[in-house]
Amino acid sequence: MMEPFVRHTGRLAALARANVDTDQIIPKQFLKRVERTGFGPALFHDWRLRPDGSPNPDFELNHPSAREATLLVAGENFGCGSSREHAVWALREYGFRAILAPSFADIFYANCCQNGLVPVRLLPQEIAELFRRRQAAGGEYQLTVDLEEQRVHDGLGFRTTFSMEPYRREMLLHGLDEIGRTLRFEDRIGAYEKGREAGNGKGETW
Amino acid sequence: MTARTLFAKVWDAHVVQQLPEGPALLYVDLHLVHEVTSPQAFEGLRQAGRRVRRPALTVATVDHNVPTGDRAAPIADPIAARQLAALATNARDFGLELFDLRSPQQGIVHVIGPELGLTQPGMVIVCGDSHTATHGAFGALALGIGTSEVEHVLATQCLVWSKPGTMEARVTGALAPGVTAKDLILALIGRIGTAGATGHVIEYTGAAIRALSMEERMTVCNMSIEAGARAGMIAPDETTLAYLAGRPRAPSGAAWNRAVAKWRELRSDPGATYDRLVELDASEVAPQVTWGTSPGMVTPVTGRVPSPADFTSDAEQRAVARALEYMGLAPGTPLEGLPIDRVFLGSCTNARIEDLRAAARTVRGRHVATGVRAMVVPGSQQVKAQAEREGLDRVFSEAGFEWRNAGCSMCLGMNPDVLQSGERCASTSNRNFEGRQGRGGRTHLMSPPMAAAAAVAGHIVDIRRWGRESAAR
Repeated sequence: MMEPFVRHTGRLAALARANVDTDQIIPKQFLKRVERTGFGPALFHDWRLRPDGSPNPDFELNHPSAREATLLVAGENFGCGSSREHAVWALREYGFRAILAPSFADIFYANCCQNGLVPVRLLPQEIAELFRRRQAAGGEYQLTVDLEEQRVHDGLGFRTTFSMEPYRREMLLHGLDEIGRTLRFEDRIGAYEKGREAGNGKGETW
Repeated sequence: MTARTLFAKVWDAHVVQQLPEGPALLYVDLHLVHEVTSPQAFEGLRQAGRRVRRPALTVATVDHNVPTGDRAAPIADPIAARQLAALATNARDFGLELFDLRSPQQGIVHVIGPELGLTQPGMVIVCGDSHTATHGAFGALALGIGTSEVEHVLATQCLVWSKPGTMEARVTGALAPGVTAKDLILALIGRIGTAGATGHVIEYTGAAIRALSMEERMTVCNMSIEAGARAGMIAPDETTLAYLAGRPRAPSGAAWNRAVAKWRELRSDPGATYDRLVELDASEVAPQVTWGTSPGMVTPVTGRVPSPADFTSDAEQRAVARALEYMGLAPGTPLEGLPIDRVFLGSCTNARIEDLRAAARTVRGRHVATGVRAMVVPGSQQVKAQAEREGLDRVFSEAGFEWRNAGCSMCLGMNPDVLQSGERCASTSNRNFEGRQGRGGRTHLMSPPMAAAAAVAGHIVDIRRWGRESAAR
């Protein structure tokens, strides 16, 4: 079962880049595993580690201020590209509970909601403000994401709200199994399939 | 009745249940499965004691991590072999049809679906791969999904999806000689950006789209995801029907006639409205080449590498500076004449028979430039066999190209086909992300004839002029 998310306070790491694609989040050489686990150490592999395997000190997540971070703020269109859910598994396993960005790629957003990683869409100026506040605090910056109240605040004057479709929010709040949720409508699925066989128009071929 | 878009017609026909909290439960007609994004889904089914609801609507193949060399040799990478074995076990345990490495129908999932006639107008098609948008070329609603959604579809034959917006991409005019469907879609992505259609399904309309073959339409729809759209669609027409007729899994006899009658209704009604509109004049599109690390970083081949200073926002300037550093390019460098080390003709975007024919026409009687390594990876074993019947394999081999077996290959570099750090590649694939084709590798996306010509010239050329010059020789 996925871990429920009601509210969470944690250290914010920052990745001031737009269009962070899932190939960067988890490079292809790590997609051969048949398990859902074991991806955390490979998160941002080619950015985080130099070709010789040593940490790249220039990469944002290797800064001391990003250690133990559980929240990540990033630029627009986060998670674009490949549909690989491994990207979300890697972020979760590395320790992230929520990502804040002005926009997310559609498939990545859906994948987040399946795994207890909360995608928080804020206005571009709010994201810019988070980058500023984090920098002003020398990187030692804590933030609270409250999914129940749909609020983000830092206790120091930054306070905003975000929206999320009630369906996704419910799933994240309670760690729901989507398949179980859908199977409540199993009769409807069966009826739809019967209707198609009968050729009553709806659902026959298309 | 109100005028509806093509998208709305397919959507409405597949709503099993509108959920009170927003999304709909959408019925899936065809679920394509491959080895990389499915093992965890099958494991989830096992753990929960669930079965595959409709095995007959689920088809599996291996493509992402398969070697494209000698098929008789054992797979050298034990982890890749384990993943392939897992799919074979899962297909057997759950009763699914599998086109495995020994199958003459094996190939990239988005190539074999259409060529087998599995892909049909009006269907909802899903696959754990973002390029599932390809199948929208038939007027299907086809989208990439994550592994949890794969598990959900396996268990319920439904997808939970919140109704997206619609965008009409109206492409007027006609493509000039030497300009392809790949250039058209790259130009569109350059125009609207890689997040330009996020939250939307694109319907491609207009005379330039109508004039495209099915394979060209697949190239266009394939890269919808690079514009941010989970799905792209083209209304079926005579071209679609001619392609489908006689395909092994397409309806036949009386069923064909019934299907055609319904498929003909699959077009946006006059007066149907879209949430957004973008227009493109195909006659103004030149051959496109990407210069950066995102498909939106693209320019006509006659263009130059931009400077960060050409962009207004800090974020864009940083992104461009970073991309240029990664690509090893200085601002102002002309794309034409840029030396390349490798050429990749392949991928679900551009490895169908027409792509191979176009590339073969370009290289026939010529030879790959000294120092360039070029490979052709057909999209499927059937494409490969067809090409061999036409003698294209000999054209490529005599020109110095490697002629390989079907798979995703160097499009994503999961198998042994990868770029070395610093190598520059002319590629017919769909993503030029950092490290996509190999860590430190530098990818320039372009059309098959452009990539083939680059292989011969040893540098990027403008196929329009290069064609004339070589004809005059």
